[in-house]
Amino acid sequence: MVGGRLPVSKVLWTVVGWLVVFIFFFPVLWMWLESLKTEPQAASSPPTIFFAPTLAEFQEVLSGDFPPFFINSAVASIGSTLLVLILALPAAYALAIRPVKRTQDVLFFFISTRFLPFAASLVPLYLLARDLHLLDNIFALVLIYTTINMPLGVWLLRSFLLEIPPELFEAARVDGASFGTEIWRIVVPLIAPGIAATSLICLIFSWNEFFYAVNFTSSVAATAPIFLVGFISGRGLFYAKLAAAATLASLPVLMAGWIAQKQLIRGLTLGAVK
Amino acid sequence: MISVAGSGGVREPTAASVARRDGWLRRLPLLPAFVYVILLTQIPFALTIYYSLFSWNLLKPGSFRFSGADNYTRLLTDESIRTAVFNTVVLTISVIAISVVLGLAIASLLNSEVFGKGLMRTLMIAPFLIMPTAGALIWKDTLLNPLFGLLPYVFTPFGLGRVDWVNKYPMVTVVAVEVWRWTPFMMLIILAGLQSQNPEVLEAARVDGANAFQSFRRITLPLVRPFIELGALLGSLFVVQTFDSIFMLTYGGPGEDTTNLPFLLYIVAFQGFNIGQASAIGVVAVIMTTIVATIGLRTMFSIFQVEPRR
Repeated sequence: MVGGRLPVSKVLWTVVGWLVVFIFFFPVLWMWLESLKTEPQAASSPPTIFFAPTLAEFQEVLSGDFPPFFINSAVASIGSTLLVLILALPAAYALAIRPVKRTQDVLFFFISTRFLPFAASLVPLYLLARDLHLLDNIFALVLIYTTINMPLGVWLLRSFLLEIPPELFEAARVDGASFGTEIWRIVVPLIAPGIAATSLICLIFSWNEFFYAVNFTSSVAATAPIFLVGFISGRGLFYAKLAAAATLASLPVLMAGWIAQKQLIRGLTLGAVK
Repeated sequence: MISVAGSGGVREPTAASVARRDGWLRRLPLLPAFVYVILLTQIPFALTIYYSLFSWNLLKPGSFRFSGADNYTRLLTDESIRTAVFNTVVLTISVIAISVVLGLAIASLLNSEVFGKGLMRTLMIAPFLIMPTAGALIWKDTLLNPLFGLLPYVFTPFGLGRVDWVNKYPMVTVVAVEVWRWTPFMMLIILAGLQSQNPEVLEAARVDGANAFQSFRRITLPLVRPFIELGALLGSLFVVQTFDSIFMLTYGGPGEDTTNLPFLLYIVAFQGFNIGQASAIGVVAVIMTTIVATIGLRTMFSIFQVEPRR
């Protein structure tokens, strides 16, 4: 609809497009710029545009109390993603390759749990975690993030499995091979890219999760987003440090998202759009 | 099937029992994930319903007593919940409507012949990937802060200088930050729809004398409509749950101006430790979400065939 034969219109739309992209990307760019300033430069009025970049604030954040938060985020995200893969792969395999009568209902059930409000299970989970002494324990977050990402894992992996011709599974199926062998030796290699994409999407969701993190952890198991909460009250004093921390906290997901760009859309729509 | 008579106790498996065992073997790999999800979502939800019938405050030991529908009648008369429902609806509808429109426009741009499409797309999705708590803080402190922020400074020549956005227009600020985050999401989904379009059809329409607007309305829009609907549905299921940016930007305030249902739940459950009341809010939230999602997901199921292979 837009664009045409004439280079003029191509140039025009390119300019408009880049302007729009610049507006949307600007806050991210600004975050990076602020993180490379000194504190006085970051909180100056008028804002500092030209400056000699320094990594001092990154050093400050990394040598301070940030690393444990980052490690907790990594444990919660990687732990829950592995758990999702272990549980969802057999389920997705059953739903894709050996469908039963109620396959549709099962799929619908899984997806409905993804969109159940936090409110549905928050209070009992909190009380359970309290009674099991799992509050402020990273294990509680691993279990919860696994629940959040399970529907995604099942749906996505199933959508990747459906793309493989069933004959391939049948031909490769070794006589007498156990189900575990079948999954490990045949299914996993066949859908390795799908598993990678699913993992990245799971990592994105659990890394950025805030609601459960803020309510179920306080100090020992607090994750990266919780570290940022400490900056809420910092009035104009720690902008550069805040920007450096925000940059570091966002980095893994930004990288994962950019690497998995092609799979992102598929993951976000639970396999509906390829 | 041949049955051997008098084979002394060894029973040949009947067709039915083979089928049953086969059925269970087929279901078995499904069970761990299924059981896990039931344990962590369905059983807690049943408990939420149970707790909602009790008056129970964690800060008052021994306050656990049956109170029937008290928590629900309180919800009906409570000003806070009405405000929260209203704010949730306003926030969700404005964020989805604006980001769908912007997403459609930007997707159309990226689908046309422009230079640097790939890089544009890459940069465009960044707002969606940035940690929401980090994004909200960057907006609040470094972009919108009336004293040190960049935007009040940039807008001063336009007569908009030194506006304290977060405190004066809290809902506008929350909507703006959420639109910034969700537009890339809508853009990605709609772009996928646009790219599934056959360019030859558009070319044919052009040859037949249709102008750009006509072919957009008659050919492109009907084609991407299911993608827009899918984006709007998934987006609203996420935006209804908005918590991070409200927590970081306004903390539900000033007053209760930006308190939505998730934030109210947080206040009641974790600031007031009113377990009974929080559970009742939970049940109401589930009922509301179920209504929206059932209609929406059924539509999605019919749009994107989720057919089993065999």
